[in-house]
Amino acid sequence: MLQRSILRLLRSGISQTNHSRSKALPVLANAKCYATFESDKPNFPGSRSEFVSKPEFLDPDSVEGIPVYRALNHDGTFIDESQDPKLDEATVIKMYKDMTLLNTMDRVLYDSQRQGRISFYMTNYGEEGAHIGSAAALDPGDLIFGQYREAGVLMWRGFPLQQFMNQCYGNDKDWGKGRQMPVHYGSKEHNFVTISSTLATQMPQAAGSAYAYKMKQNGLCVVCYFGEGAASEGDAHAAFNFAGVLNCPVIFFCRNNGYAISTPTKDQYRGDGIASRASGYGMPTIRVDGNDVFAVYNATKLSREICVSQFRPVLIEAMTYRIGHHSTSDDSSAYRSVDEVSHWDQSDNPITRLRNYMVNQSWWDEEKEKQWKLDSRKMVMKAFAGAESEKRGRPESLFEDVYDEMPPHIAQQMEEMKAHVKMYKEHYPLEHYKPMS
Amino acid sequence: MATKMGLFRIAANQLACLLKQTSLRGTTASSTRCMHFNYVPETPSQDHGETARMNFFQSITSAMDIAMASDPSAVLFGEDVAFGGVFRCSVGLKDKYGAERVFNSPLSEQGIVAFGIGIALTGSTAIAEIQFADYIFPAFDQLRSEAAMYRYRSGDLYDCGKLTVRAPCSAVGHGALYHSQSVESFFAHCSGLKVVMPRGPIQAKGLLLACIRDNNPCIFLEPKVLYRSAIEEVPVGDYELPLSQADVIVEGTDVTLIGWGTQVHVLRETAALAQQKLNVSCEVIDLVSILPWDVETVTKSVEKTGRVMISHEAPITMGFGAEVAATIQRECFLSLEAPVERVCGHDTPFPHVFEAFYMPDKWRCLEGIKKVVSY
Repeated sequence: MLQRSILRLLRSGISQTNHSRSKALPVLANAKCYATFESDKPNFPGSRSEFVSKPEFLDPDSVEGIPVYRALNHDGTFIDESQDPKLDEATVIKMYKDMTLLNTMDRVLYDSQRQGRISFYMTNYGEEGAHIGSAAALDPGDLIFGQYREAGVLMWRGFPLQQFMNQCYGNDKDWGKGRQMPVHYGSKEHNFVTISSTLATQMPQAAGSAYAYKMKQNGLCVVCYFGEGAASEGDAHAAFNFAGVLNCPVIFFCRNNGYAISTPTKDQYRGDGIASRASGYGMPTIRVDGNDVFAVYNATKLSREICVSQFRPVLIEAMTYRIGHHSTSDDSSAYRSVDEVSHWDQSDNPITRLRNYMVNQSWWDEEKEKQWKLDSRKMVMKAFAGAESEKRGRPESLFEDVYDEMPPHIAQQMEEMKAHVKMYKEHYPLEHYKPMS
Repeated sequence: MATKMGLFRIAANQLACLLKQTSLRGTTASSTRCMHFNYVPETPSQDHGETARMNFFQSITSAMDIAMASDPSAVLFGEDVAFGGVFRCSVGLKDKYGAERVFNSPLSEQGIVAFGIGIALTGSTAIAEIQFADYIFPAFDQLRSEAAMYRYRSGDLYDCGKLTVRAPCSAVGHGALYHSQSVESFFAHCSGLKVVMPRGPIQAKGLLLACIRDNNPCIFLEPKVLYRSAIEEVPVGDYELPLSQADVIVEGTDVTLIGWGTQVHVLRETAALAQQKLNVSCEVIDLVSILPWDVETVTKSVEKTGRVMISHEAPITMGFGAEVAATIQRECFLSLEAPVERVCGHDTPFPHVFEAFYMPDKWRCLEGIKKVVSY
């Protein structure tokens, strides 16, 4: 992007050109030095490797793909006992309850969008294990940057059900003050940076926050979630490279669910998924079965250790499948078969697999399942009704927080809006809002 | 060494200008830069204490030095800043504050701004450098969709107020398309950002310190032609100058001239020319802050003079002059004696060998004043 020759001219004019020429000549004239270079190991500043005397192309197609790490079988038993993280009953039950509570909330809010009660929604079907498994392996103080399909991380951290609902309704109790679309959650208390719609923008930001954490020496890391589609953005490249070069303690957690809206991964990339990119940036990486909550947990735990002890970024690619539609604005049957979806829903589902494990441990049974289904639905419906009955904020709050303090031109626009709405009040839906001052 | 080279270059330029004015008429075009304005050193305020002779880039270094000394969380980064920067703005800072606080970034503007947002989000101070304002556009998404909206969209849960993005901007004599741009109006449309362009070393230092410490993301545009050519006594200590406040540089009664950055110096000369040749008294205003801008100082002046000319290097269509003109028209309609005139860059990319004909120089500005007063 930068033309260095032009830059040099801008800075110092003709004398610099003479200077560099006089410096370059002796090197070329010194035959002995040149010969040494030829016979020795490569001396280029840009790489570390050997010379070869025949042209060899590295063909990624000839290399086996990065393996998928799995700990738990479909039937809920460990493939290798050494991979059992030996989490206690209470922790595992919390994992399960959070995954299923998220699932229940998804169903209620998805339906409520279909009924026109909220404007938009995105479910987490099939990816609950990736959220909960990773969140459980982190320190609650670790800073999370998400994309939008990571509500389970908030669920694990205790983000109140009522807040999920308040945000989707954009009511007066929403911590985000009703300014963003539904599912754009955020919480200072839960160290979860507010979601924005722009894909991958959070990735290099996460590297920056991780750099600041390293300087603060607070023992924490930063975790950045993104989908395999977002990984095609330029910001993903910037993020991986900055984090590698500047030694940032950040976990890049990719949810590779096979689709970016309608685009299958074969239209998204030609290489071996996202994990294969890590070595190019000097990052350790692991690919895990995203439907296996314990594999995700173990991989995240190890990644976190690398991050905070070595100050290096790590890339986790969790392989999973997006069971739901992309969003409520999408009908995924237009680009994939119902059979394909039901295969993943029925036979490789993170919730079912964890339940099998719990049943094997005698920590769960039909009775508990039935009761929890009732209880969780009740909790969700109560929060839902609570959010729906709440009014939206004062209309003039639309002008607040653009800056830390309201500048005069925005204050003037606020007064103009208020005066106008008071004059034409019958044309505005004031009954849904808190009164203007 | 760098300073010596700089002084040498300034002397060489002045000599070249002199030669051009006296004997070179009729010879082939010279590649030597001839400045289209004269810098008039300003007098530092008594309140800010002891001073030292500094050029513009040294005053920037001084501001960053003070910012880093007074705030241990502050970091400075960008392309080539570690060795002192391609314009020498960060010379000595890595040695003084360490490689963790003053460091090179990979060559990626979107990465630089985003990295800065991430640092600022944790409450630390981030001073990011974009090597030329012409190269800020890869970071446009991060500045417009992210930095500008962070506080608003999160309901004030998160913000990146501790971010400042510095970028050398504007014409330099031979910078052509991608080393000459004035990008302020693109960002003037992004509520949530502050956009500032100083005109000289004293002002640059005080404003940069204000930007770094302001709790909103700031874009600080440094007219690069001033880096070595603008030299004056600058207070060595810590001081800030207010954002969103315009300066009346020259008082006058007949026409209000409004500009910012280098163009303020062109307008100052034009005002003298107008007095001398047309017997017109011009009031020159440096807008200083593009966003949010100081409507009050401008309208007060226009109500007095009744005539306005706005001038900037950036292309005229949708340049920031359009916003200023529209506001003046609304606020000062009854005081206006003539249409608001704009003398700006043309609606073309910034050309190389045709720079002299592209620039809103003092002769074009003088013609603009003639039009306004004879309406």
